[in-house]
Amino acid sequence: MRSESVASRAERGTFNAVVGALSAIAIVLLIAPTLIVLLVSFTSGQSLRFPPPGWSLRWYQALFTDSPDLWRAATLSLQVAGTATAISTVLAVCGGLALARQPRLWARFLDSVFMSPLMLPTLALGLGLLVWFNVFGTGVSMVTLVIGHTAITTPYILRTTCASLSQLDEVLLESAKSLGAGPLFAFRTVTLPLILPGVAAGAFIAFMMSFDNVAISLFLSDARSEVLPIRLWNIIESNLDVRAAAVSGVLIAVTTVLVIVMERVVGVSRHVR
Amino acid sequence: MTPAPVPGEAVVLRRSRLLQQWQLVLPLALFFAAFVLGPLALLGYVSLHADVSLEEASLTQYTKFLGDGFNLGVLGATLWLGLKVTLLTLLIGYPLAYLYSVSTSRWQGVLMLLIVLPLLTSAVVRTFAWLVILGRQGIVNELLVAVGLFEMPAKLLYTPAAVVVALAQIELPLMVLPIITVLAGIDPNLRQASLSLGAGSWRTFLRVILPLSAPGVLAGCLLVYASSVSAFVTQTLVGGGQQMFMPFYIYQQAIQANNYPFAAAIAMILLASVLAIVVTVNLLARRMRGVVHG
Repeated sequence: MRSESVASRAERGTFNAVVGALSAIAIVLLIAPTLIVLLVSFTSGQSLRFPPPGWSLRWYQALFTDSPDLWRAATLSLQVAGTATAISTVLAVCGGLALARQPRLWARFLDSVFMSPLMLPTLALGLGLLVWFNVFGTGVSMVTLVIGHTAITTPYILRTTCASLSQLDEVLLESAKSLGAGPLFAFRTVTLPLILPGVAAGAFIAFMMSFDNVAISLFLSDARSEVLPIRLWNIIESNLDVRAAAVSGVLIAVTTVLVIVMERVVGVSRHVR
Repeated sequence: MTPAPVPGEAVVLRRSRLLQQWQLVLPLALFFAAFVLGPLALLGYVSLHADVSLEEASLTQYTKFLGDGFNLGVLGATLWLGLKVTLLTLLIGYPLAYLYSVSTSRWQGVLMLLIVLPLLTSAVVRTFAWLVILGRQGIVNELLVAVGLFEMPAKLLYTPAAVVVALAQIELPLMVLPIITVLAGIDPNLRQASLSLGAGSWRTFLRVILPLSAPGVLAGCLLVYASSVSAFVTQTLVGGGQQMFMPFYIYQQAIQANNYPFAAAIAMILLASVLAIVVTVNLLARRMRGVVHG
């Protein structure tokens, strides 16, 4: 092996140092905020002071004893996110079957239209939907809320479905067909089981995005129905109640568990790229 | 002799397949026509009217927006914010993606979890975290006072820098993930070849790795940019009342002032500027791809 000159070793050293330092900042940034919120949620004090003056579970207790508003909001959020994800899964899987591996112009065009909610300001879409429903005289309700959420969650599922379909070995479908399987039977026994992890990962991401959405819900929910992120936002904006930290703690814990489970089962991280 | 293929059969087969595809994509297409394209078109229509009753068609809303220094300032601040956030996420996101690409698969698993977890954690929660960190009694102020850099806790929250840092943290995964994907597709032999031909680490990075990863960088930049100019919650909570950005302006004009035509015009202008940037960068990317592949 060629011996390395001092200069080139130093050069490699500075490169690694710069990459390492910047990555370290990035990693700290990724972790620290969540950790700090978790720690603050266990405070015994009345404020969000860090470090907390002492430790207690009082704010978590407050969630269970005197927070019907938060429970109502959480229930509504689960309902909306669940319904919207179910609808967008059906729409996106059907659409994906038609659009994946379809190089024609109309398919590419439709694909970018269906993906557009990922790029467009969702607040503009929320306002557009509000005006739309007012013009048609339906007003806003749980139904309009679900429709708005379906529009923004569909792209996530469509993307993972198309990606899974394009990795599907066409030979399998050919052999199913040549063995006499009809299109529906082939879909149920060959295609669906193979794309299921991708669809599930997409549906999971869609659910989380819907559960967290503020911009659409802000315009499309009526005065009585407040979803959790908006309730949380109102708490944070009005009096910075420490209950907000406890809700955040619960959300962080649930998200972490779900992500780890889904990572094991369907490999979410392979599908977010 | 093999029998000649029956042309009619193939055509019928292809036609039935095409028909099937149309049927499959139809529900999604109808949904989008009714609840994405329709509403956006209506928004455009509303923005072209002088008053809420939509009686008089005019360009008043646009001339009002573009002829006023305050409004232009809001637009400028929003687009400038997007640019700053994009550059900051690129500066720390690229090294992280690079670190991921040279890590062992065990570490890759850990890093991926660290990147994906925040992405799927509620943005409201992550924004709230910044209020806790940057508040008067937050960790940053406590640290700075403790080491004697500040005498008193300073106002960190509701400053332009706070919005940039908080948004950069929140959008970071969107930058890292596409770059990771593109780095994974680069043949490791290219790096080895460059190194063994005498180019140093920096030169190899700047002349080989960076150009080859350009598509991922552009994809990440677009995602972060589009996402940060419309990040309503973070802009509002971390920015506070003094800084106005386009999303809050839309909300304020629509819900608080009930001025729907003007709100619609602001929304259209924001949409148009995001779209213009996405299209321009995509064209740029196509041209660059031509250069990379000779």
